[in-house]
Amino acid sequence: MTLVPDFSVQRVFVEPWTTEIGTHGMMALVTFLVGATCGLVGNFLILRRMALMGDAVSHSVLPGIAVAFLWTGSRGIGAMVLGAFVAAFATHLLIEAITRHSRVRPDAAIGIAFSTLFALGVVLVAVFADRVDLDQDCVLNGDLPMIPLEPPVRLGSLSLGPPPLVRLAGLMAASVLLLVLFYKELMLTSFDPGLAAGLGLPVRAVHHGLMLWLALSVVASFEAVGAILVIALLILPGATAALLTERMVPRLVLGTVHAALSAVGGMHLSVALDCSPAGAAVVAGAVWFTAAWLFSPTAGLVPRWWRAWRAT
Amino acid sequence: MTQAGAGSDPAGSAPPLEIHDLTVAYRNKPVLWGVDLAAPAGRLIGIVGPNGAGKSTLIKACMGLLPCASGWVKAFGRPVPESLGRIGYVPQRESVDWDFPVSVMDVVLMGRYGRIGLFRRPSAEDRRIARDCLDQVQMLPFADRQISNLSGGQQQRVFLARALAQESDLYFMDEPFAGVDAATEASIIAILQGLRDRGKTLLVVHHDLPTARDYFDWLLLLNLRVVAFGPTAEVFTPELLQKTYGGRLTLLSEVAEAVQAKAR
Repeated sequence: MTLVPDFSVQRVFVEPWTTEIGTHGMMALVTFLVGATCGLVGNFLILRRMALMGDAVSHSVLPGIAVAFLWTGSRGIGAMVLGAFVAAFATHLLIEAITRHSRVRPDAAIGIAFSTLFALGVVLVAVFADRVDLDQDCVLNGDLPMIPLEPPVRLGSLSLGPPPLVRLAGLMAASVLLLVLFYKELMLTSFDPGLAAGLGLPVRAVHHGLMLWLALSVVASFEAVGAILVIALLILPGATAALLTERMVPRLVLGTVHAALSAVGGMHLSVALDCSPAGAAVVAGAVWFTAAWLFSPTAGLVPRWWRAWRAT
Repeated sequence: MTQAGAGSDPAGSAPPLEIHDLTVAYRNKPVLWGVDLAAPAGRLIGIVGPNGAGKSTLIKACMGLLPCASGWVKAFGRPVPESLGRIGYVPQRESVDWDFPVSVMDVVLMGRYGRIGLFRRPSAEDRRIARDCLDQVQMLPFADRQISNLSGGQQQRVFLARALAQESDLYFMDEPFAGVDAATEASIIAILQGLRDRGKTLLVVHHDLPTARDYFDWLLLLNLRVVAFGPTAEVFTPELLQKTYGGRLTLLSEVAEAVQAKAR
């Protein structure tokens, strides 16, 4: 028995684009939308040195879903998404409260809040195991292969695709609109909150808005890639783009390109190794990040060594 | 400080800045106590005092960036939040991340954001003003530069250009001379004096006592409380400076030198 199937160009590189487009292609499209949406908000988390907030908000999804379950007794997607969203935003408020009303610094407050809420989720699921028919694995690791099988959303006679795809596409469009409308305010409050307040900008409202946007992105994504892997897709696109350009708009565009390359790379990798497509996409994303780290013309290690070597 | 019957004055003749009984506390310890003053219009005012005297705190409290334990601040006869359109602010250079992915031009345009309003982009007019402000600080050739590629003095001049772009009547500046070379310092002070000559009021935190006497029309000597506030010729005296700086010997000898130099 072999763990890894035999390599064949036809199976790994051709079929996902032809006969398997409805399954592997669909999974790649969903992964791309997750990376692109999360990458946009992630770029601003990186700017504000708040990357850990992505960790915190995504971990709070588990207790949110558990509570929503106990409350409504339903496994409907509406209750789950609402529970996760409320928990995600509550995590942000809890972190704010700890930071503002104690001497604990923000990084420690994040560590306290999310691990505690996550533990609460684990306890809830265990204690109410008889009543909570919840697949913890699915919450944490997602269930990408199931998505192409879901009945599509229909608009009249038009089939728009599986519900998670429609949700993510909607969120992606909303995110771009949000960015166009509030780009100025997001940039100034991130760069210089003091001046922003001095100009009368609602600095705290912008912060809450950003956290709301983060919570929505994570909640829309966890079903596909899980609450853990979404962290990587929040940070990798922005971090990779930051190595390649020093301007914000190119960063946002390159982050989206990174998401696309990760989705495609992940698709081929998961077919080749017959492994979890979400995990493969994150591995592919990390490979692209490493490539940028090594070979970025401006910040890459290799061009720097090359210049140093030529200078001697 | 009694000349303005607070509140009864029409906005036109109210002082640019009026502070009444302002106390700011940090963890229940006052860092600024009972500050009372009214700044006259068209003056270049230096705020001096030892480290930890509350110079930056005063500016931040005036801008409404810190909660006040008591007292109030008015600008042009109105509470500060209502006058923000007439107030310019230059924070300390170290308070921002200079690796931020924006160009020099982007930073100067930020000074216009208060006027541009929601859902709009900077207009051609905003860009023209920003270019003009960059030209005044001799940074126009750097307009498209990424800000991380600037020296300390250049960063400070970009901040100054951003403040100019705010087109305010009252300016708060937190150590605009920190980490700049002598030539830049001279050009910055010339710009500040130019603003004053056009009737603007400027409050500038400054840490170098010997130059403070030459740069500023008025001085605010601060050490948790207001030690003295008035025309430089009246308050730059050994007694008041000693009261401000207490027993700090090195600073005191600097002061003595400065006063002697003045006498000669």
